[in-house]
Amino acid sequence: MAAEVGQFALILAFVLAVVQAGATLWGAQRGEPVLMALGRAAAVLQGGFVILAFACLAASYVACDFSVALVAQHSNSQQPLAYRFAATWGSHEGSMLLWVLILAIYGAGVSLFGGTLRETLQARVLGVQGLIGVAFLGFLIFTSNPFLRLSLAPLEGTELNPLLQDPGLVSHPPLLYLGYVGFSVAFAFAVAALLEGRVDAAWARWVRPWVLAAWVPLTAGITLGSLWAYYELGWGGWWFWDPVENASLMPWLLGTALLHSALVLERRGALVSWTILLAILTFSLSLVGTFLVRSGILTSVHAFAVDPRRGIYILGIIAVTTGAALGLYAWRAPSLRTGALFAPLSREGGITLNNLFLVALAATVFLGTFSPVFIELVGSDKISVGPPYYARTFAPLAIPLLALVVFGPMLNWKRDAAAAVLRRVRIPAGVAAAAVLVGLVTVGWKGVVSAAALGLAAWLVAGALAIPARRWWAGRANLRRSIRTTPPAVLGLSLAHAGLGLLLLGVTGVTAWHSDKVLTMRPGDSTVFAGRTITLESVGLADGPNYQARQARFDITGRGGPYTLVAERRAYATSQTTEAAIHVTPLGNLYISGGDEADGGVVVRLWDHPLVVWIWIGGFVMAFGGLVSLCDRRLRLGVAARAPRPALVPAPAE
Amino acid sequence: MRRALALLPVALFVLVLAGFMVGLRRDPAILPSMLIGKPLPAFALAPLRPGEPGFASAELTGEPVLLNVFASWCGPCKEEHPVLLRLKAEGVKIAGLDWKEDAADGARWLAANGDPYVRAGNDASGRTGIDLGVSGVPETFVLDRRGRVRYRQVGAITPEVWSRTIAPLMAKLEAES
Repeated sequence: MAAEVGQFALILAFVLAVVQAGATLWGAQRGEPVLMALGRAAAVLQGGFVILAFACLAASYVACDFSVALVAQHSNSQQPLAYRFAATWGSHEGSMLLWVLILAIYGAGVSLFGGTLRETLQARVLGVQGLIGVAFLGFLIFTSNPFLRLSLAPLEGTELNPLLQDPGLVSHPPLLYLGYVGFSVAFAFAVAALLEGRVDAAWARWVRPWVLAAWVPLTAGITLGSLWAYYELGWGGWWFWDPVENASLMPWLLGTALLHSALVLERRGALVSWTILLAILTFSLSLVGTFLVRSGILTSVHAFAVDPRRGIYILGIIAVTTGAALGLYAWRAPSLRTGALFAPLSREGGITLNNLFLVALAATVFLGTFSPVFIELVGSDKISVGPPYYARTFAPLAIPLLALVVFGPMLNWKRDAAAAVLRRVRIPAGVAAAAVLVGLVTVGWKGVVSAAALGLAAWLVAGALAIPARRWWAGRANLRRSIRTTPPAVLGLSLAHAGLGLLLLGVTGVTAWHSDKVLTMRPGDSTVFAGRTITLESVGLADGPNYQARQARFDITGRGGPYTLVAERRAYATSQTTEAAIHVTPLGNLYISGGDEADGGVVVRLWDHPLVVWIWIGGFVMAFGGLVSLCDRRLRLGVAARAPRPALVPAPAE
Repeated sequence: MRRALALLPVALFVLVLAGFMVGLRRDPAILPSMLIGKPLPAFALAPLRPGEPGFASAELTGEPVLLNVFASWCGPCKEEHPVLLRLKAEGVKIAGLDWKEDAADGARWLAANGDPYVRAGNDASGRTGIDLGVSGVPETFVLDRRGRVRYRQVGAITPEVWSRTIAPLMAKLEAES
């Protein structure tokens, strides 16, 4: 029953999306308040029906209704409840439904909370959102129906890929999609502005919180994905430059650029057409990511079961959405007003530089990800692009950007003086120099590069802390008051930039000083590794809810010890997974994976990962900074003149 | 000028789109080696079996030969091993490259499971593996008599892979002068 209700709700949502797009766009063109109100109502209703459809699918999963084909393929009754629920988005169809769900919720949000926007602008934003909704609901209904029934229901389903049976699945995809799809709002705002032919202060004030609302979950989602890969894949890497990881990194890089350029637009009315272009490109890259995962154009560990027909459909969606938006941009952007002027050395100048670097970084990742496709088009060469490419292209661009980050918030708007700026950064510079010295003393001249990277990390953290500190120092006469009146946006900025420094600290530590060892051990064997003595105490079997595990128990003495770690090799019905044993400390992790039998012992892989945990702490701190900043924005939006629109009074029929 | 600049994004987009369109037809799972048709990168490895001299790439010329990359810690290698032993019995020349482990572990493994290799070296640091573009073990390179790489097998040589792909190629290489 639930599946039929869900199917029906999905079809209704599709029809409502058509109504939403038609009514709002037509209404805005004709200046018809009634049509625009109809479109707004359709957006809210569409949200309701997509939520219903999603709830129906989730209910089918939780209730183990194996007559639904999707449930039978991705769940079974042995699976714990949390993973039966999360399996809802563990498949192509289900994750597409999640995609559409988030899109519809954002659309309803714009409809419900966009009352302070100019009515035609809100209508056009909803119109563009509606069109995207039509495209993806159509994709779901016509090529990837999640509610297909089986004529003969099996008694038991095929379990979800064991790698996905992890807490990571519960939160990582929803966060990531909140980010990807969230950029659709910025995209809709950009296209609406091009349709309107004007960009004003209200537009800018609105776009930034929406960009931030997408950026925060995307940052958290990417961080979580990296953490998940680290502990679940069993080879101790935190970033693999896999096409699908890159697909999330590209919108993040452009979204970060957009976050900053929207700030300039909001405060100073400059970078108008650039911000619009960034908004279009950011969401387009989210779409490209969706295409990449589902079309099979590149191989990836993350890809869903692929189907070229789906690839062509998504490519069609990209061609229409991005193509139309960029065409509109080529037509309208030259006639948009140009912004206020600013001196090269100014906050605006700094953010422009930041944008150039971020766009170049995104282009680097794009070329690296897709060059296997493009190179094959011009020649017959098969190439694969791996970490060495990114070490040579991404790092040299990222390092100067990181060095410049500290200057940005220290600059005044409009114009500034070089000497004054340098004076403002002297304390962070001192801290950075001290960190380089400490690094050199610890690792010697051979480690000069890593010592410099440590200095850069310290520079970022100190520079970020200096932002509120300078403010408090200036108001030290009444310190309590000056702390209390610090806007959350300032704290958010400080946290986000500090998070970047912590991330760099982790990356430096694990890149420069990691070590690893592979060996075969029998119970009782000991080995000396990275200042520790590791003894394989025993190997035994244990039962989990839907798997059997071979557990290798290790006693560790020496650095940070003594403690015990248990590494598992789990045999599920369909495949095996490795559950690494990880001892986490702020200074570094000991990572043991193993359990494969060999020669009367087990194969054991040992990794020492200095400082690695700071990578994820940094990522989460950045996301948290965005969240803090978002609180500020929301308050300001609330304060912004809330002149209620004249209510629609139904006119009596004549 | 402004107008031309505004047209640039859409022009680039059309190019990328065309690339994706054509790219959808390719099969990304095929993984040939960059080395196909090229000589094997030179290496000089430490011996694997005690009492032997080292093993250098220059020795792999004169007749067609397989270079098999393996390790005792690798599960699929164990599955592949009986196939290699059978090939040895049939007179196929196989050289071994023991990857990322101590020579003692590799030698002990060969002693226990049988030794299909005419020549063998140990690459404890994994450096030579990187030069060869090895992505994992097992991996096997088919070399012609001039020591050039003609084929790369990623993953184990199964009886099927052997009879369908490698055996015909070896026969062809034997026939080449």
